[in-house]
Amino acid sequence: MSISRDEVLHVARLARLALTDEEVERITGELGAILDAVGVVAELDLSDVPPTSHPLDLVNVWDEDEPRPSLELDETFANTPARDGDHFRVPPTV
Amino acid sequence: MTWEPVIGLEIHVQLKTRTKMFCRCAAGFGARENTQTCPVCLGFPGALPVTNRRAVEWTILLGLALECEIAEKAEFARKNYFYPDLSKGYQISQYDLPSCVNGKVLVPTASGDHVIGIVRAHLEEDAAKTVHVGGRTGRIGGAEWSLVDYNRGGTPLVEIVTAPDLRSADEAKRFLQLLRQTIVELGISDAEMEKGTLRVDANVSVRPQGSDELRTRTEIKNMNSFNFIARGIEAEAERQVAEWESGGEVRQETYDFDASTGTLTARRAKEEADDYRYFPEPDLVPVEPPAELVERLRTELPELPAARIRRIEKALDLDRALVLVTGGLDGLWAATVAEGADPVATGNVVANALVGAGVDSAAVSPKELAKLIASRDRIPRTAFDAAIAKAGEPGFSADPYLAEEAVSDTAELEPVVAAIIAANPEQAEAYRGGKEGLLGFFVGQVMRETQGKADPRVVNELVREKLAG
Amino acid sequence: MAPVVDTLRLTAEEGIGLVERREISPAELHAAYLEAIAARDPELHCFLRTTAPGDGSSIPVALKDVISTKGVETTAGSKILSGYTPIFDATVAERCKSAGLTLLGKTNTDEFAMGSSTENSAWGPSRNPWDPSRVPGGSGGGSAAAVTAGLAPWALGSDTGGSIKQPSALCGNVGLRPTYGSVSRYGIVAFASSLDQIGPVAKTTRDVALLYSVIAGRDRRDSTTAELPEPVRVPEADSLAGVRIGLPVELNEAEGIEPGVKDAVSRAIALAEDLGAEVEECSLPRSVRYGLPCYYLIAPAEASSNLARYDGVRYGSRSDGDGYREMVERTRDDGFGDEPKRRIMLGTYALSAGYYDAFYGQAQKVRTLIIREHREALERFDVLACPTSPTVAFPLGERADDPLAMYAADLLTIPSCLAGLPGLSIPVGLSEGLPVGLQVIGPQFGENRLFEVGHALEQAIGFDTVPTRLR
Repeated sequence: MSISRDEVLHVARLARLALTDEEVERITGELGAILDAVGVVAELDLSDVPPTSHPLDLVNVWDEDEPRPSLELDETFANTPARDGDHFRVPPTV
Repeated sequence: MTWEPVIGLEIHVQLKTRTKMFCRCAAGFGARENTQTCPVCLGFPGALPVTNRRAVEWTILLGLALECEIAEKAEFARKNYFYPDLSKGYQISQYDLPSCVNGKVLVPTASGDHVIGIVRAHLEEDAAKTVHVGGRTGRIGGAEWSLVDYNRGGTPLVEIVTAPDLRSADEAKRFLQLLRQTIVELGISDAEMEKGTLRVDANVSVRPQGSDELRTRTEIKNMNSFNFIARGIEAEAERQVAEWESGGEVRQETYDFDASTGTLTARRAKEEADDYRYFPEPDLVPVEPPAELVERLRTELPELPAARIRRIEKALDLDRALVLVTGGLDGLWAATVAEGADPVATGNVVANALVGAGVDSAAVSPKELAKLIASRDRIPRTAFDAAIAKAGEPGFSADPYLAEEAVSDTAELEPVVAAIIAANPEQAEAYRGGKEGLLGFFVGQVMRETQGKADPRVVNELVREKLAG
Repeated sequence: MAPVVDTLRLTAEEGIGLVERREISPAELHAAYLEAIAARDPELHCFLRTTAPGDGSSIPVALKDVISTKGVETTAGSKILSGYTPIFDATVAERCKSAGLTLLGKTNTDEFAMGSSTENSAWGPSRNPWDPSRVPGGSGGGSAAAVTAGLAPWALGSDTGGSIKQPSALCGNVGLRPTYGSVSRYGIVAFASSLDQIGPVAKTTRDVALLYSVIAGRDRRDSTTAELPEPVRVPEADSLAGVRIGLPVELNEAEGIEPGVKDAVSRAIALAEDLGAEVEECSLPRSVRYGLPCYYLIAPAEASSNLARYDGVRYGSRSDGDGYREMVERTRDDGFGDEPKRRIMLGTYALSAGYYDAFYGQAQKVRTLIIREHREALERFDVLACPTSPTVAFPLGERADDPLAMYAADLLTIPSCLAGLPGLSIPVGLSEGLPVGLQVIGPQFGENRLFEVGHALEQAIGFDTVPTRLR
């Protein structure tokens, strides 16, 4: 099963990856082959089978609504490329 | 052709839990930026969410108040998209298996209860706050940036989605007032639009009156008061009707409503539609609320606003009942009436006089208020008003204000009335000529002359007689 | 003066004994490993960084670089996390500290634990101590090679589709992938949340059991963990009397298993029978054929979401861009290597509108089938067994340009990972001079049984974990 270049570009946009032309071409081929391989799951009729999201059967795991200490500011910003006072700074969104 | 609007609402309620939805950072306003954060809400590598139990319980409580079915199994899901205020690159929400479904809210109207369907209520986390600086909005000549504060990120939100059952802007407003009052009485949120703890988006379409078709709908966002919401809905419905009537078409768009100008502005269409790629959240296990928990929460429900409105309506009219209940005043009203006060008079005093004087209804003694209302016509107006102003103070007693009688002796009042009329011949002439509103002028003058001690009803009678005769 | 320690031979248990008897101090032992690293690691490149002896009371431990270590750089093998220094410890790192273990260093890994050879590390590959022209396996090749080469007494790795078991097989040591939910993932750089588990790598089964007991158990910071139903038992018995071992045909006769691997495994099974085990064939009808495809839909899908947080805003590298979106797109394209990009693309596609049902949705149902098949088989047997890897260690570069060939390395480890089941790999012999691993799979929380089988076989086989060329 192949995947078109347009589909690859669309997925790259969704995934926020600025692929180079070379990458787009290579990945288009690679994904096509991989999708062929994984697509065999479609062979099975599983209409009566429920999906599994969690391999271990746990339910109702939660915490009481009691505050725990938050980070100190220098811990919060320890690894950021761009601290601006008490904020994280990013290029504008619009 | 007459048209009717078809309106659905999407409401976000910020829960006032002590901690965030998936981590135990303190939730709430006012802290220094980025000080209510931890690896979890900052989306650090390896951090994992842990559900806030109280948020789950409050969601169930709200679901019960909305007469929803409480899901036997609810599951969290990831909603994937990129934005600076979303630290993980996905929001943890609920999708296929929300906590509450298929509820309803009864909105009392003059022609009976209108049932507004609640499609679902689900639990999710709030995004952080992004602000723009520089360029157009700030410093001159500086570079433009966006700044992010993650304090709010992760606060619990309940999203409520209604069916498109609302049929007017006014009904939408009434619905929201009832909903808000319900939420506040449950104690789970302050639900204030100005503070952002209650947010509402409206979905609007129109159709020919009487048909059941569903035409294309638009979304209106960024309205931050019930009044603005009503006006925004009205404006959009009008715009759509004009569109259809001129042979045009309504396109699925998102609008912002500017209340100051009354204009709707369409948002720029996005390059590509959002594809959130929802899938079940693997880091969190399902919520299967035990039956005992749901039953316990059910017993904690107060009598809901709609029911109270219907009850109170028997003694008052619908509008007055609505005002009392949505203002949280009906408790005082009921208690005062129980002390023997007249229901209608009490309704007026509670809704108008007390509110107008800025008195905290929760601090008022129903017994004392009842005494005051009983003597309302007998004592001077000034005494009554003074008593009302103090009614919320601790240890308030009505007795001192009841001592004085309003002057109702016609023998005493007649000369005053005569003097006022004589002093104002032009107004008297105008009154006799048909300007009946001037009656109030004369009554007012007499009240002023007697320093508020005259009985206004008697004065009213006397002025009428004298002017007529 | 400290005794000379032969780190190539020393087991963790022996090291603990030395320290407890005060024959060597923790700092001296730690230093001995640092010396060994200085001597042999330039060739093998197991470690990305080492740390000085701290004030631990016991022996050192090496941690795979996907495990957050407070104050010590953690890159997950990726440029996008170059320089990232966590301000918190992963739970497993905390538990090691509490047990007195000192952090020896961070070991090399395929980028974001994605790979089967450690060739996808942004910092260069690690090499197999048995033959440095060959891969040590992956993604945890650094940890496995370090243990075999005597550069660490034991190590922690992470296993999603076989990233602990397969490197242990290729490097000739013991690795445990625990029951899903028995070890905390808090602080582990996430790859696939419903599959990732942290587990021990060491020279002996007893060592593995000891390290497992340090890290296992419920963590309130990881909602998917549970308390162990019974305490960890460090194995002692030599006999396998009464143990029922099932041999799934589809695993043992899979296409691509080298004859030498098959032979070594058969001999090990025969030995198990000699030790008293009852061995019989069984079947997992669809788990193998559909296991790889199922895994390569679920894991990349979860990964595509887990890796969305690498956007240059709060940590990690950041590239320039005109606006926010461009900054993010460039940061991610510059920072991620080919394999993460491939998997992000594949995963995003599998979750996207119009494709979810056929791909991710269907894969989740296949997973249910696989769970059921394993559960049924484990009702008749105490454990299942098969080769861990279809082949011995392959040459560096051989599969690097062929993603599907690389994925095939996990054919035999993946099905039980999808089922959330524990798996132990023990070295059972050589083929063409290279180690062969036997995979023993147990029911949920069946680690104690795995340790029994592993230990008894290990004692009977007497496999020398020191590579021939290093003896």
